[in-house]
Amino acid sequence: MLLIHCPYCEETLPELEFAYAGEAHIARPADPSALSDEEWRDFLFIRTNARGPHFERWRHIHGCAQFFNAVRDTVSDRFLMTYKAGAPRPDLSPKEDAE
Amino acid sequence: MSRYRIAGRGRVDHGAPISFTFDGKTYPGLRGDTVASALLANGVHLMGRSFKYHRPRGAVTAGSEEPNALIGTSRGPGRFEPNTRATVQELRKGLVTESQNKWPRLSFDIGAINDRAYMLFSAGFYYKTFMWPKSFWDKVYEPFIRSAAGLGKSPTEADPDRYAARYLHTDLLIVGGGAAGIAAALVAAKSGARVVLVDENPELGGALLSDPGVTVEGQPAWAWLDASLAELRAHGVRLMTRTTAIGYYHQNFVGLCERLTDHLDTPPANAPRERMWRVRADQVVLAQGALEKPLVFDGNDRPGVMLAGAAQTYLNRYGVRVGDNPAVLTSHDSAWYAAFDLADAGSRIAAIIDTRSEIRADLLDAARQRGIRVLQGHTATGTKGRLRIASVRVNPLRGGTVGAGREIACDALLMSGGWTPSLHLFSHTKGSLAWDADSNTFLPDRKTEACQIAGAGRGLWGYAPVLADGVAAGLAAVAALSRSAGARQFAVANDRPGSGVSHTELPTDRSPGKAKAFVDFQNDVTAKDLRLAVREGMRSIEHVKRYTTNGMATDQGKMSNINGLMIAADALAKAPPQVGLTTFRPPYTPTSFGAFAGYLRGQTFQLTRKTPIDPWAEAQGAVFEPVAQWRRAWYFPKPGEDMHAAVARECLATRASVGIFDASTLGKIEVAGPDAVEFMNRMYTNPWTKLAPGRCRYGLLLGEDGFIRDDGVIGRLANDLFHVTTTTGGAARVLNMMEDYLQTEWPDLNVWLTSTTEQWATVALNGPNALAVLKPLVEGLDWDDFPHMSVAECTVAGLPARLFRLSFTGEVGFEVNVPARHGLALWTALMDAGKPHDICPYGTETMHVLRAEKGYIIVGQDTDGTVTPQDAGLDWAIGKAKPDFVGKRSLSRPDIVAGGRKQLVGLLTEDGSRLEEGAQIVLDPNQPLPMKMVGHVTSSYDSASLGHPIAMAVIEGGHDRMGEVVHVPMPDGVKRARITSTVFYDPSGDRLKA
Repeated sequence: MLLIHCPYCEETLPELEFAYAGEAHIARPADPSALSDEEWRDFLFIRTNARGPHFERWRHIHGCAQFFNAVRDTVSDRFLMTYKAGAPRPDLSPKEDAE
Repeated sequence: MSRYRIAGRGRVDHGAPISFTFDGKTYPGLRGDTVASALLANGVHLMGRSFKYHRPRGAVTAGSEEPNALIGTSRGPGRFEPNTRATVQELRKGLVTESQNKWPRLSFDIGAINDRAYMLFSAGFYYKTFMWPKSFWDKVYEPFIRSAAGLGKSPTEADPDRYAARYLHTDLLIVGGGAAGIAAALVAAKSGARVVLVDENPELGGALLSDPGVTVEGQPAWAWLDASLAELRAHGVRLMTRTTAIGYYHQNFVGLCERLTDHLDTPPANAPRERMWRVRADQVVLAQGALEKPLVFDGNDRPGVMLAGAAQTYLNRYGVRVGDNPAVLTSHDSAWYAAFDLADAGSRIAAIIDTRSEIRADLLDAARQRGIRVLQGHTATGTKGRLRIASVRVNPLRGGTVGAGREIACDALLMSGGWTPSLHLFSHTKGSLAWDADSNTFLPDRKTEACQIAGAGRGLWGYAPVLADGVAAGLAAVAALSRSAGARQFAVANDRPGSGVSHTELPTDRSPGKAKAFVDFQNDVTAKDLRLAVREGMRSIEHVKRYTTNGMATDQGKMSNINGLMIAADALAKAPPQVGLTTFRPPYTPTSFGAFAGYLRGQTFQLTRKTPIDPWAEAQGAVFEPVAQWRRAWYFPKPGEDMHAAVARECLATRASVGIFDASTLGKIEVAGPDAVEFMNRMYTNPWTKLAPGRCRYGLLLGEDGFIRDDGVIGRLANDLFHVTTTTGGAARVLNMMEDYLQTEWPDLNVWLTSTTEQWATVALNGPNALAVLKPLVEGLDWDDFPHMSVAECTVAGLPARLFRLSFTGEVGFEVNVPARHGLALWTALMDAGKPHDICPYGTETMHVLRAEKGYIIVGQDTDGTVTPQDAGLDWAIGKAKPDFVGKRSLSRPDIVAGGRKQLVGLLTEDGSRLEEGAQIVLDPNQPLPMKMVGHVTSSYDSASLGHPIAMAVIEGGHDRMGEVVHVPMPDGVKRARITSTVFYDPSGDRLKA
């Protein structure tokens, strides 16, 4: 069972308190009617399916009930970091350079 | 006392005899015995029959890795357990055990004919022998396989025992209570850290229990053990025995299964049988030791052939000599010590046969002193004896050739092919392994978790290096905990160092094709099977494993994996790491379902939500059905009524006068705030801006993909306050979806969402007399301004209420919401008020019939996640003038506007029969198979009001097929049904206006 850090509660808590909520940083278009069918299809269905760090959403559903973002490595199943909803996508590249 | 039991020897209690039965015969044993040690003390080696060939088998180990000695144990009705390891099950008074997989009896088993027909059961025989004809599968092959092959019989009764579960948080968890684990604990305990030491055995000590002659810190091993455990207890270390670490999961989460009562003569009443511990540890030390490998040669599975380390354990822990004149066959030094211990205990060692030509001088001296014949550089090429080994055939090895064989008589054969570090838990963490060419084994390499591996578990041998390694692991764990502790050194005398070599099959002068040289004892896989698998094209060890079933038995290849790999690699002419190792998965040893289930069974498997009116329904004898987590009254049968009669009566009574229904389970969400109306406009398809306070509207919720997710009537109580209702099962999903959009897409909206499902009790009144029943109880309401689809706050029967005027039946209807604590009072007040009108309580089934008669959909029944508003005939609920709402863009996607989508229609059978919900629909019943299915029946009921059954269905292009006849293949023939409107009853809606 994973331990997940809630960026709102600022506590690291068991996975049981959380629910997965899909890939992160896929904002709903401001004016969906302006999108072509292909663009709308991509928004609805096309996802990264990353091998490695994956930006994804979680909800502290049995806690503060907030949605937040996380970076999880899909190979090791480890959380690299979590951050509040609305915060920009963290840049992981400097870290990779350092390795 | 039997001549195999040595008085006063071992850790068993010689003053506490216990008797038990095995296959109906009573045997004496001692407190502290396992079933295996007690049987061996009685000279019984034959304990089971093998899985495939029904070959006679005896215990080959003395621990949880045992592949052969699987027995059924029983403690009365419902407490039969198959496949228990005789080497683990402790004796208790009156224990009843039986052997498995034999008929008519263990010593004479008809199934042993398979042994002669072994050519039929070679590698991949499942795929070869049982291929065709197809018709034989059900009738011939499967029954044959099921009866002939197999482990013990599953119990048929429910398990009456209780199982417990606990969480445990600790600084350091040490798995394995042998020398390394105890040394690590001794160091760590002084750091002030919380330390837990677990071991699967009844006693801590590990191999030291089998090596009492070793001296540690000047004390005999067992005295040192007692002192060390006392020291650990004094430091508050939690010592857990009979506790198996079954799995090692993310972030140092370890599952422990503690066996609490199986060893007790009389378990305390209501005591749990097992307890599952879910442990989160900052640091873990794995000190699981090593497992001894068998040698692979013809006849290596005969009863009496066992691992040398097991024989040493039976002697030193249980005081049991496994034979009068055992022979020893080994490629590792450790078996020599077993031979010496047995010789010193009075057995006559027939010979020590070592495959190596060079042997340590001190071992040769010790053998010579005891007069033991030593055969260096020899191989074993066969064994004899029907139900017990009588002799072993040995041949000299000279320069790669096998010399002439000779027989050596023996009544047991103690073998050792070296030791494999037990890396199962480490593998659970996806820690990588590195092949060590010197020891021909895998050792732990890159770690993924905060753990240390110590002792024989990482390939060390001998007590001095193992104790030192335990100290090092303990110190490393303590340092990682940012604590400190002093180092310790444990002086060891009479140590038993050792090394050895590894083999594939032992060399033989006989045809290897005829040898039954077993690699996996439990699944009856021989070396020949593995080589055949490679010849037939298997290249990866994962394929070899599945083709031969090597390592797939309940022992998970604890003994067979490395031997199997060595042989497969040899056949492939590759180095073992290029062939790979199969993955170990939890649990480490077979674990009962009860331990996993814990408290989550029966009434406590899942909570049952009950409405405030539930006690009334129960007292009335209602029949309940589960809906989501709720239990809801399904129907209220009167004496003599079946469901059909009760539902028909409830439907007619409601349409004729008035029915009352507990709708409390409806999901309720309060949407409040200055931007509430904007939020509702964006979430729901309908327009909300112009809905005046005091009015309500049917709301339809889509996913962003345009498919229907939920629906419900929504009332506007004030400009900034909406009372949203959802389906019973959808309440949590809808709130989650609303919160998602509010928090992440539109955080600028000033809106608050509150689940009020359980705060309100909801009672629905429907029927031509609903108003007459309700009206006298209502105060504070202007009835002149309360038309259909209105909502108001008022009092009903003196209770504060939110009153909705709406209908899910097509009759005049109301839903009265009162605070949940008043729900029962409201219900009884309405029942009293309804008496003059023969008010009729009805359940969910009648609710379904009444709504279906009007064509009202149930989301999740008439829709399935692929139904759009157009498909369901709900275009009218879409606010087409709104610029946007969730799912709007998808309603113009190409495949949503394309023709031929399945659309919701009514169906009436021509012969007046009722269709099955889920039945498939075809246009032409005479088309060849497989027919093209154009839809299915979603709802189907007998309608008492109409006098015939009705159905709803989704059918391709259904809205354009009104009046057409479709065909529904049913078990009793193909039904013709005509497509109709979904509104069957009162299509003009006059009754609502009454």
